[in-house]
Amino acid sequence: MNLWNQNSNKKVFLLFAIMSGALLIVGFFQSWNLMLAILNLCLISAVMSLGVNLQWGYAGLFNAGIMGFAALGGLAAMLVTKAPVIGAWYAGGFGILLGMFILVVSAILAYFVWVRLEGRGKKRYWYVIFIVVIGYIISRFVLGPAIISIESFEPSSSGYLGGAGLPVLLSWFVGGLLAALVAFFIGRITLGLRSDYLAIATLGISEIVIFIFKNEDWLTRGVKNVTGIPRPVPYEIELQSSIWFQNLSEYIGIGVIQASSLFVKLCYTSLFLSVLLILLWLCEKALNSPWGRMMRAIRDNETAASAMGKNVTSRHLQIFVIGSAIVGIAGAMLVTLDGQFNPTIYHPLRFTFLIWVMVIVGGSGNNFGAILGGFIVWFFWIEAEIIGNALVQILTLPLSDSSSLKEHFLNTAPQLRLLIMGLVLLLFLRFAPRGLIPEKTLSKLSKSPN
Amino acid sequence: MLDYINAITLLANYIIVPSLAYGSQLALGALGITMVYAVLRFSNFAHGEIMSFGTMISIFIVWLFQSIGISINPLPTALLALPLSITATIILLLILDKTVFRYYQKQRVQPVTFMIVSVGVMFFLAGFIRFLIGTSKKNFDDGERFIVKASQFKQMTGLAEGLSIRTTQAITVIVTILLVIFIFWFLNKTRTGKSMRAFSDNEDLALLSGINPERVIIITWILVGVLASVAGTLYGLDKGYKPFVYLQLVLPIFAAAIVGGVGNPIGAVAGGYIIAFSEAFITFAYKRFLTYLLPKEWAPDGLVQILSTEYKFAISFVLLVIVLLVRPTGLFRGKTL
Repeated sequence: MNLWNQNSNKKVFLLFAIMSGALLIVGFFQSWNLMLAILNLCLISAVMSLGVNLQWGYAGLFNAGIMGFAALGGLAAMLVTKAPVIGAWYAGGFGILLGMFILVVSAILAYFVWVRLEGRGKKRYWYVIFIVVIGYIISRFVLGPAIISIESFEPSSSGYLGGAGLPVLLSWFVGGLLAALVAFFIGRITLGLRSDYLAIATLGISEIVIFIFKNEDWLTRGVKNVTGIPRPVPYEIELQSSIWFQNLSEYIGIGVIQASSLFVKLCYTSLFLSVLLILLWLCEKALNSPWGRMMRAIRDNETAASAMGKNVTSRHLQIFVIGSAIVGIAGAMLVTLDGQFNPTIYHPLRFTFLIWVMVIVGGSGNNFGAILGGFIVWFFWIEAEIIGNALVQILTLPLSDSSSLKEHFLNTAPQLRLLIMGLVLLLFLRFAPRGLIPEKTLSKLSKSPN
Repeated sequence: MLDYINAITLLANYIIVPSLAYGSQLALGALGITMVYAVLRFSNFAHGEIMSFGTMISIFIVWLFQSIGISINPLPTALLALPLSITATIILLLILDKTVFRYYQKQRVQPVTFMIVSVGVMFFLAGFIRFLIGTSKKNFDDGERFIVKASQFKQMTGLAEGLSIRTTQAITVIVTILLVIFIFWFLNKTRTGKSMRAFSDNEDLALLSGINPERVIIITWILVGVLASVAGTLYGLDKGYKPFVYLQLVLPIFAAAIVGGVGNPIGAVAGGYIIAFSEAFITFAYKRFLTYLLPKEWAPDGLVQILSTEYKFAISFVLLVIVLLVRPTGLFRGKTL
């Protein structure tokens, strides 16, 4: 049997070794700074694809709303860490709270009416719509002036409520919790739908989430961005001025400026790596437990599983919430790394469908596969720029350097990364639909010590 | 009395005319998605990029015609380019069918797998299109811009409110009506159309009665190619061509198809207009409208807007989600499959 078909530890090890080798090549031939930058985003991508793998690989749920959960995590990172804007709270905080209270009350009321009027036909819809519309109109009257006064409070520097001013590492938990909370409600609504409707509905909801973040300036500053989110690691400037670090960089033999930037990136790497390893450990535990087996049983045959007394809907909701929480954590990590929250960066191609490519290329249903997929796909997503450029250079060789066509294609060459990703996804779906590290079969599982 | 006419003109100018044009574009898009769903049984995420491809070809041909001086002034040159871009889109779809979709069709894979395949196609086409034409906005609507200008209309009628109708809007509506009539005639009256409907209703039964599935699928892709390239080109003419927008456009189109009832052509057309009109009605600021109708002392202070204009796109998603939850088969009872 050749190595490719075997799902041995040797193959997993080999694939990860090749991946590390590729990263080292970037380090030696391009720069270590770039290599660490890629590595950090690889780690975040791996966390995201771990979350998606839970939903798709374990439970067969097509969640096309990953972008929304990543953005919710990012919002949490911003809200937890930024200092509250006291003036804005005085200006309109009460109005916002009251407006939110009215919205929540009308939602709860609508829910109770919905439950109470079970089986009363069309009347049910009209009552619920009436309550929601009235609640919305009343809340608008309260929220409208509050939002205006908040947004006009020092609009160039704040113009929003600010956050809680707490440490940034806490925000990773909060990001997970916030994503989980939203996922609970979305899941309650949409998980009854057929698989492709679920995808379209979640894609639509995630777009709504991004629309809200872009337009509710009192909460997120909208497209004006929130910058200066505090770091969990030291700043380069501080390092450069501290004696011990100067000594260290002299000892290693690289300039203090370069050393400081490498050091900061390495700090991030170790933080992200520990999050990834903890989550991986938890996911592996889950996969090899009775719970994991039940999930796969539901995925493979829902009817049979429900005949065995398994509650399919609530299991689906459970794993949808857990997977989304992991994506939320990754989203918070990403915003922490960037140091700013900018709702315009969230595009479905980059934040939803690329993660899907990661899971499918790596191997859905296998956590190591999902992580490997996250690494490989992100690596090529970055390096595709170089590959695309080289490709264009070769293809346009017959053209003269001054030709406008050549210039045009060199400008659009970065777009080739989309083309390459599409090609990779299609080739994998056709020739290796189970991915690089396929899911372990049952016989393999029972032999393993777990 | 004059106030009433002014109010109606205001609505016509800001809601009815633009929504008719946008709704037509959505209707054509939704018709394409619904046909793929009815015959091939999957939700085609790549549809927006297919529309984008058709538009790109139209733009290239328009540039070519402009450089050699061919035009049909006062109409936009894009109309002349349409047959060629339709042909190119059909060729693209047939190649995609042969190289990608046919394999999964034969395997009878689950709809989800098919959908992921279409995501792959979407990525590929998005990269291909942006590589060829770049990402900046392109306007290619030459010829006469307006049929009726707002100022002309005011002069002609003496009303306070103007009504402007752009050439592209009129062309969109006319072409849509013609194309929809053709499609319905084809589906209901021709033998091939009937065999397509039979195939969509019950694949096994259709095979049993001697319908050639290959032929049905090829015809479907040809129709989808026509619909997609016309819809894309009309949208690009009307709003300017930006490759990024076509990815976003998939969702309102899905919304239109699902609201009408997936797999049901009448539903798709109705859904397109429902989505377009509800977007416009919900984000319209009724202040001026009410000022005309209400007595002076009742005139509103605020904008009287249900949702701000930024949420225009979001409305279609909300409608989509509501319809999926309340009536997943759509208003016109599509397939449940």
